[in-house]
Amino acid sequence: MEFRPQIIAFLCNWCSYTGADLAGTSRMVYKSNIRSIRVMCSGRIEITFVLNAFLKGADGVLLCGCHPGDCHYQEGNYRCLRRYLLLQKYITQMGIESERLKLEWISASEGKQFADLVNSFTESIAELGPSKVKKTMTLSTENK
Amino acid sequence: MEEAKPKLKIAIYWASSCGGCCVSVLDVHEKLFDIIAAADIVFWPIAMDIKYADVEEMADDFIDITLFNGAIRNSENEHMAKLLRRKSRILVAYGSCAHLGGIPGLANFSSKEDLFRRVYEESESVINPGNIVPQTKFEAAEGLLTIPSFYEDVRSLSQVVDVDYMIPGCPPQSERLIDVFVSIVSGAELPPKGSVIGSGTKAQCDECTRHKTENKKIRKLYRPWEIIDDGLTCFMEQGLLCMGPATRAGCGYRCIKGNAPCRGCYGPPMNITDPGAKMMSAVAGIIDEKEPEEISRILEDIPDPAGLFYRFSLPVSLIRRKVL
Repeated sequence: MEFRPQIIAFLCNWCSYTGADLAGTSRMVYKSNIRSIRVMCSGRIEITFVLNAFLKGADGVLLCGCHPGDCHYQEGNYRCLRRYLLLQKYITQMGIESERLKLEWISASEGKQFADLVNSFTESIAELGPSKVKKTMTLSTENK
Repeated sequence: MEEAKPKLKIAIYWASSCGGCCVSVLDVHEKLFDIIAAADIVFWPIAMDIKYADVEEMADDFIDITLFNGAIRNSENEHMAKLLRRKSRILVAYGSCAHLGGIPGLANFSSKEDLFRRVYEESESVINPGNIVPQTKFEAAEGLLTIPSFYEDVRSLSQVVDVDYMIPGCPPQSERLIDVFVSIVSGAELPPKGSVIGSGTKAQCDECTRHKTENKKIRKLYRPWEIIDDGLTCFMEQGLLCMGPATRAGCGYRCIKGNAPCRGCYGPPMNITDPGAKMMSAVAGIIDEKEPEEISRILEDIPDPAGLFYRFSLPVSLIRRKVL
């Protein structure tokens, strides 16, 4: 059976979710593998959100926030950026491919960019294949 | 005449541990006499010659309190965890290894195969021309010999059996053990099952008396040997990574008092599941930089984030082992 990646996207309320909404209202067609979760700010995306997504079987996690300088709360997207860069180092150490986690800035007017991003990210995850996180963690609770 | 109160029966066991937890029990010094006055120690491999078979012959719930230290690494550890669970009214995960997986839990960065290859083939001091690795069974002339089997993963005690309480620490502070013991002997109402006892609920920073400001801004991170600590200012504000923000208080911030950053052995504060994730958020929060390249350069000062932030808690964290 063809592998259909499951992708969780955390989108900030003020820019990226609105951008995704624009893609929708403009009737742009993009890959349907994505499950969007709206958060008030990309700075709200806790590291545990990302880890839990992988743990529950996400093949890829996408983080989107306002462009640098545009954050509704001034600094939240920079916090997200720094968490993301640290998280990338951590997941690589844990054997999770760094390509499975992506951060992109999407403004409220970038519906087209959002649709393109979802398509390209879905394709890159499809090439990588299924994530082994959930399976490994399930096995490790079993008695061996 | 009033009948003498029956003495409590206590057992202390070590699974995959270094022995430090058992020594921490001895660190109560002369208070040990008070403990022995109120309790009989019925099983304690480090100090007493009582065999596993003797424990097996005890009635279920015979032991009042078992302090179980050490992680679950092999089938012997698991067998004893299950046995002592059955024989004990109260089972306490004592120390970081039983509570969180602890230092032995760092083995979850490797597979069993990697560990065996390293230990029996590659280690610089090993000469093993036949590439002999231990087998769990061996047919000798005298009969079948067996040793415990080594598991793929290290687990905490509560991942294997039902645990009543956790006393954190590497090792737990002996004073806290006495507090817990006194409250049990005095018949005080016990905390709800599953509680972490002998510790606080908030973070280390709540107790730490070092000078702290709200606005932490770091542009360079240091290893402890790279900087002369002023002895007064919050380690994080000096650029030294201290696990205090993501670690439960209750040890009396003894490392910090000794001018060493907290390493996190008391595990996460109440209601926090993954201390490493919280710590990463804290670190990301104080870096004073907005350019990705510069942030990455600053983060190069943390060569091993997984090992640093999950030093004691890898087996109980969300991503509890390296993905294979």
